[in-house]
Amino acid sequence: MRGAKSRPQPSSLLGLVPRRTSLDATGPSVELAVVQCAPRKGDVAANLRRIEEAFAALRHDRSPFPDVVIFPEASLSGYFVEGATVEVARRAETVVDELARSARRACGRKVGPFDVVVGFYEEQDGQYYNSALYASLGRRPVLRHVHRKLFLPTYGIFDEERFVSRGTSIEAFDVPYGRAAILICEDACHSLAVTIAALRGAQVLYVPSASPGRGMEDVEPANVRLWRDVLRVAAAEHGIFVVYAGLVGFEGGKGMSGASRVIGPFGDLRAEAPFEGATILRVRIDLGDVRVARAALPALGDLEANLGQLSSMLARTSGQSVPAVGARAARRR
Amino acid sequence: MTAAGFPIVRAPAASATDVRIDPALVRRWLVTFLREEMIVRRGMRTAVVGVSGGVDSALVAFLCAEALGPANVYGVRMPYRTSAEESFRHAGLVQEITKIHDVVVDITAAVDGYLRYEPDASPTRRGNVMARQRMIVLFDLSAKYGGLPVGTGNKSERLLGYFTWHADDSPPINPLGDLFKTQVWQLARHVGVPREIVEKPATADLIRGQTDEEDLGITYERADRILSLMLRGYGQAAIAACGFRRRDVRLVWDRVNATHWKRHLPTTAVVSPTAINEFYLRPVDY
Repeated sequence: MRGAKSRPQPSSLLGLVPRRTSLDATGPSVELAVVQCAPRKGDVAANLRRIEEAFAALRHDRSPFPDVVIFPEASLSGYFVEGATVEVARRAETVVDELARSARRACGRKVGPFDVVVGFYEEQDGQYYNSALYASLGRRPVLRHVHRKLFLPTYGIFDEERFVSRGTSIEAFDVPYGRAAILICEDACHSLAVTIAALRGAQVLYVPSASPGRGMEDVEPANVRLWRDVLRVAAAEHGIFVVYAGLVGFEGGKGMSGASRVIGPFGDLRAEAPFEGATILRVRIDLGDVRVARAALPALGDLEANLGQLSSMLARTSGQSVPAVGARAARRR
Repeated sequence: MTAAGFPIVRAPAASATDVRIDPALVRRWLVTFLREEMIVRRGMRTAVVGVSGGVDSALVAFLCAEALGPANVYGVRMPYRTSAEESFRHAGLVQEITKIHDVVVDITAAVDGYLRYEPDASPTRRGNVMARQRMIVLFDLSAKYGGLPVGTGNKSERLLGYFTWHADDSPPINPLGDLFKTQVWQLARHVGVPREIVEKPATADLIRGQTDEEDLGITYERADRILSLMLRGYGQAAIAACGFRRRDVRLVWDRVNATHWKRHLPTTAVVSPTAINEFYLRPVDY
C-alpha cells in the first residue's frame, strides 16, 4: 500500500488552530489508521482476507499499532451490489467474530486489544441495511455499536433504497477514549445529522463512505472537493474530529474517489489520502483538542442554548406539534 | 469604485454552457479505469482497438498504450475500398507514435461478399454492414490475441444516436463514452494526438466525403453545449435563453429522444417475476 501524503500545515476555517503541538492538550491520545481499500466485488471471504492483510501491514509498520482501524462503507462486498445485497449481507455479530479471527491471525498476541470501524451490508431478522459497526477486538470481542444509514441515496447513479431499509437513529456511544458516533456517507452531508451526533456527546465522528468520482473540470473530482468542504465545516461547527474513510477502485465504470481524511475540531485538515489507490492513513489525535476548539469557538454550546427554540421551529416546519425540548434533554449522557 | 467610494466586486462571467474538463485529471482517471477494468477485474492485459484515423480511436490507442504498455495493444486498421486514403495514413501515424502493434485487415472482400446479394443497399445500409463487419474482426482478433476489444464511441454520438447499433457500441469497455466530442478534442490535444488528426473534420468515413457535422446538421461545439444543458435538466426554452437557436435546440432534443433505444439492450418481454435486469438485478462486475 502506498504511503499517504500528510498535508504539511493544518489550517482551520477561522484561523483558530493554536500554534502548539498536541502535547499541550490533556485529552486521551488516539492513534488512528484509516484503511482506504478496494474490495473485490461480492467476495466477502476475500475482503476479510484483505482486512487481515491490512492488520498485518499495520503490525509491521514502524508506528505503534493503532488504537482504531477504520474501513470504508461496504468494505466487505463493494458498494454497488444491487439485488446481491441478500447474498453479501451478514449479521453484525458474525462480522465481529470474523474480524476478531482476522485480527488474531494477523497479529497473534503481539498486539493488544484495538478497535475497528467497518462498513458492511447487514442482515437482521430478514431486514437489510447499509451499516457500519464499531467493535473492540481482543480476547473477548465487544460489539459497541451498529449504525444503520439513514440517508439512502436513490437518485442519479445511486439506488440504495431499492435494496436496503433506512436506519432510524443516530447515537453516540462510549469508546475506550471517550465518545464516538458513526454516520455513513450521505448521512454526514446533512448538518443536522452531525449536530445530533455532537449533541449526543460525540467527540469523534467516523464517516465510512463510498463516493463515485464525478465532475472533472478541475485538478480533482468535484465530489472530493465537496466532501472536504462539507466535513471541515461539520468539524469546525461542532468542535469534533471527523474521520472519513473512502472506498477506492472502479465498480462497473464508476471510480470510487477515496480521499480518506482526518479533520481536527478546528476544521483543520490533519491528513488526507490520495483519491486513487489503496492507502493507509495514519494520524495521532488528541481529544484535548476538542475542549480547546470548543472554548475558542463555542458554536456547539450556543446551539445547545438555543436548542429549545430550534426544536420548536423544526417541529413546526415538519407539521408536528411537540413541546420545546430542553437543551440538556437532548443529551443522552 | 463608485463616486461614493464603495468598491464594487463583480462576479466573473460564468457560463452555464461550459463543457471544459481538466485533461490531466481525466487522462489519469481513464488510464486507471482501463487498468482496473482490464487487469484487476478481468485479468486481461491485451487490448484490441480499431484505429480508423479519426480522433476518437486515436485517443483510445494513446490511452491504452499508456495504461497497458504499447506491446499489449493491437491497433487494427480496417479499410474498405471506398475508405479515404488519408484515414488509413492517419491511423498508421497513430500506430507509429504510440508504438502499438499495427494490424491491417481489409474488409472489402467480406463486405462485398454479402452486398453482392444486396446490390441495391442504400449508403446507410452499406455503412452499417461495414461497421458491423469491423466489429466481427475486432472480436475475432481479441480471441486470437487473448485480449479485449476497447470501444471508442463518445458521449455526443451516443446521445445523438449517430452510430451503428451493435457495432461501434459493442466492445465491453469504453473509456470515452462519458466524454462529449469537444472534450475528446481537449483530451486528445493533451495526450499528444497529432494536430492533423484532431483538427480535421470528424467523419465516420462510411460514405466518401461525408462529415459528422453535415450529417447531423449542427456543429459538435454547439451540440455538446446543448446536450450538456439538456442532461442537467434544463428545458428547451431555458437552453434557448442561453443563446442557442431554437432550431438547434429542437434538433438535438429530437435526436436524443428518438434514440433512447440505441442506448439499451434489446427489449425483452417480461413474463415472470424473475426477469433479468428487471427483477433479477446484479451489477456488471458482480
